Amino acid sequence: MDSAWCDLVIDPVGNLLVAVVLMAISGMPGLLIRRPGVGQRLAVVVTLIATLSGAAGVFRILAGAAVSRYLVAWPLPFDGCELAADHLSVLFLMPLLLATACCALYGRAYLPAEQHPATEKRVTLFLGLLSASMALVLLARNGVLLLLAWELMALSSWMLLTTDLRDAQVQRAGTVYLLATHTGTMVLYLFFSLLHTQTGSFVFPADHSISSQGGIAAVMLLAALIGFGAKAGIMPLHVWLPGAHANAPSHVSALMSGIMLKVGLYGILRVVSFFQTVPLWFGWLVLLLGGVSAVVGIALAASQRDLKRLLACSSIENVGIIVLGLGMAFVGMANTNHLLIVFGLTGAFLHLINHALFKPLLFLGSGVIIHATGTRQIDQMGGLSRRLPGTGLLFLAGSLAICGLPPFNGFVGELFLYLAAFHEGMHAPLPFMAFTAPLLAVVGGIAIITFVKLYGLLFLGTPRRPQSRHGHEEPAAMLVPMVVLAAFCLVGGIAAPLLARLVIPAVTAYSGLGQSLIMELVAPVPLLTVSIMNAVLLGGILLIWLLWRQMVLRRPVASTDTWGCGFLAPTARMQYTGSAFAELSGNIFDKSGTPSVRLAALQPLFAAPSRFCPAATERMLDRLLIPAMTGVDWCFSWLRRMQNGHLYLYMLYIFITLFALMVWSYL
Amino acid sequence: MVSSVIHIVLLLVMPPLLLGVINKTKASFAGRQGAPITQPYYDLARLLRKGSVFSSTTTWVFRAGPVVTLAATLLAALLVPLGNHPALISFTGDMLLFAYLFGLARFFTTSAALDTGSPFEGMGAAREVTYACLVEPTLFFVLITLARMSKSLSLTPMFTYPSLPVWLSSGAVMLLLANALFIALLAENCRIPFDDPNTHLELTMIHEVMVLDHSGPAFGMILYGAALKLFVLGALFTNLILPFKTGNMLLDWGIFIAAMVYLAVLIGLVESVMARLRLVRIPQLLVAATILSAFAMLLVVR
Repeated sequence: MDSAWCDLVIDPVGNLLVAVVLMAISGMPGLLIRRPGVGQRLAVVVTLIATLSGAAGVFRILAGAAVSRYLVAWPLPFDGCELAADHLSVLFLMPLLLATACCALYGRAYLPAEQHPATEKRVTLFLGLLSASMALVLLARNGVLLLLAWELMALSSWMLLTTDLRDAQVQRAGTVYLLATHTGTMVLYLFFSLLHTQTGSFVFPADHSISSQGGIAAVMLLAALIGFGAKAGIMPLHVWLPGAHANAPSHVSALMSGIMLKVGLYGILRVVSFFQTVPLWFGWLVLLLGGVSAVVGIALAASQRDLKRLLACSSIENVGIIVLGLGMAFVGMANTNHLLIVFGLTGAFLHLINHALFKPLLFLGSGVIIHATGTRQIDQMGGLSRRLPGTGLLFLAGSLAICGLPPFNGFVGELFLYLAAFHEGMHAPLPFMAFTAPLLAVVGGIAIITFVKLYGLLFLGTPRRPQSRHGHEEPAAMLVPMVVLAAFCLVGGIAAPLLARLVIPAVTAYSGLGQSLIMELVAPVPLLTVSIMNAVLLGGILLIWLLWRQMVLRRPVASTDTWGCGFLAPTARMQYTGSAFAELSGNIFDKSGTPSVRLAALQPLFAAPSRFCPAATERMLDRLLIPAMTGVDWCFSWLRRMQNGHLYLYMLYIFITLFALMVWSYL
Repeated sequence: MVSSVIHIVLLLVMPPLLLGVINKTKASFAGRQGAPITQPYYDLARLLRKGSVFSSTTTWVFRAGPVVTLAATLLAALLVPLGNHPALISFTGDMLLFAYLFGLARFFTTSAALDTGSPFEGMGAAREVTYACLVEPTLFFVLITLARMSKSLSLTPMFTYPSLPVWLSSGAVMLLLANALFIALLAENCRIPFDDPNTHLELTMIHEVMVLDHSGPAFGMILYGAALKLFVLGALFTNLILPFKTGNMLLDWGIFIAAMVYLAVLIGLVESVMARLRLVRIPQLLVAATILSAFAMLLVVR
């Protein structure tokens, strides 16, 4: 056998490249097969093989295998097409591979080709391409290659998002997403052009090789923050996110929310590693954006009435928490505060992995719910835990994990961020950083409001509307991926040191600090104790449950209706709704999210009609961006005369441009 | 060893006594004789022997609510120092687990309330999660301020740190902290002026309305859990305002018990002389408590 082919099996990066190629082609055989379902099944199998190959590569790099760089011959004049994987790439590849496998498996049951023959080829092809392009972004070591993969990622996710093309909401969400992602990409062009002026090559420079002084560095950092941050959904750049994640098919939402947002964060991390140091202002800016995203994101989520839109807004919050941790680390790098670097990075990386576990879990759960009820409106649901007991339990696990509650994994990541804030509060001369702890506490508090509302109104109580009969129950193929994700969430909480071990190599590589120093700093963090406490908590719950059962079983047990405080004819519609549940907190945290109510004026005999208007869901888009865009459109409308549909005129433009450039070079 | 035994026994046995003392205080303020201070124990014993009634709309979540809440509260109780005696379990960052265990308890209490499908309980659940969310920053400002003063990251050193010299040298900070923590204590335990534990059927209440449908042993567990939470947060508060250390183990335990009883009398006093706040005013008071604790932090930073 040729040695290059051997490499693909032996070398960890080779394994990863095999995974990328397999994922990319997983949907292609299906294009040629006419019988529905065959291509879909084939794609699942190929994707699972790809995931195994990728997992082999990831674990060998984690175990310390030597990492090689691949130079692919390509005919493009943009320097070497380099591919490599370091610990930072691996950190993002781990959740990517897991989520890809889970979503592929789930997608087969969610949109079975036998029932959806029209969308089968589109979804299968682009799901594979989306995963492959995200992995390629993580492996690319050349700016142009990264942009190509980035564009493929944006387009394939757009194709997936607009699967249900006839729906007007989907069309709108798709258009907004396409505009937003290309605006971000435009800024990235600026970034990579500037990078080229600094290094003279499109290949990524070595770590810490570019001066961070001066205006160009500042512009580059800002361009990277805007370009990559738009994809990550950091707060002022989040307008596309709720609509896109709400309207995509659920397993695509899971992949977009769990992984694609993180790819944006990867970009920011990668770019920052090019610079010698991080400017202090950049660290504080990132910290501030993270804090704003976390608080505003979760406040928005609390008042949402659409199940998937709520989950999407909660993604903004979680990205905010991760960015907050990165901001801490960047401030620490600017001040050479080792503890802040290590705790900020570890907390951010842990939360990144955690969010990539519980958010896909919740999105996959929402897919089961949408199948069973045929709606996304929270206020129309209720009592689902009787129809979907398995989904109910898994959704509860995801909800607890995303609130950061023990005994699940969410607590472990937030622990590091809190401890960083407390350490700063304890020792720093001016502990501004300490204010992040109460901030995180408020975010956690609103998260509990949001997810109690979500879980309680979906699964508990009685159905608020008669539910569609044709909706099907939970098939095993949809439950299995969710069980896997939920199991990881629980294991992450009960075996916290193992979870930390996954991210420590990335922290070591990224911070550039010695392994021993990092171990010394992390050692006081009570990961093992927290794990034991989590296990004790589970044991305690079990013990008290058994005691309680003994007590209850020895006495008579009766069953009756819920007590209606004397009212004898309660109906399901009298239950508290999601809007009502969130109104109280909405009045405090997010006033604009509360519905407008005009109560009836009392006429002499009869009350005039009352009015109740639910608040608009996309205020920033509707009130700010679309009017602004309309203005821009008006300003440039004269330019549209050039775009007149005549091919010969377009050729003339190209000729004139080339001619002008040629003349210019002679001047 | 003896100290640990006393610690565990006090932790498990004393909480209902506080409720008895509060009620006795309120009764004597109202000119009544009132129930004996051991009444809560009788109530608990009676509830544990009763049969149960479950609403037909409820699922396992309703049954799990009191169980998880009690387990989380008990675990949190192990992390708290009583008087000058260190907590049974103490480690770096235990204050975070402490705060999040109460979050877990809240999640299950409110979910169990929503499981009944009753509009009253939904209302109570919405209020509980919202007001608790406003208490969280107060608690964290208090914790950070104490962490900075005591240079430690665990509840035991933080809350055994206040002593007479500390009170004399930074009295303003301690006063602000004590006030903020007292308001948080009243809000978290749903006492007047935030909630009236005596009313069962008014639209303004929070905690009591959430547990309307529980009965028998489960309701006993809820009552006991609520008393335990009052005891735990009360212990934090008395640690803050009790700057005396004698060094004699038994004497210290005596001081602690006396202080807790006085705290119960104080709460009874507040409940006797104050009316419940209007619902819209509650967030204002909670934000005021947050600002008090933030002031305390600014003072120690300066």
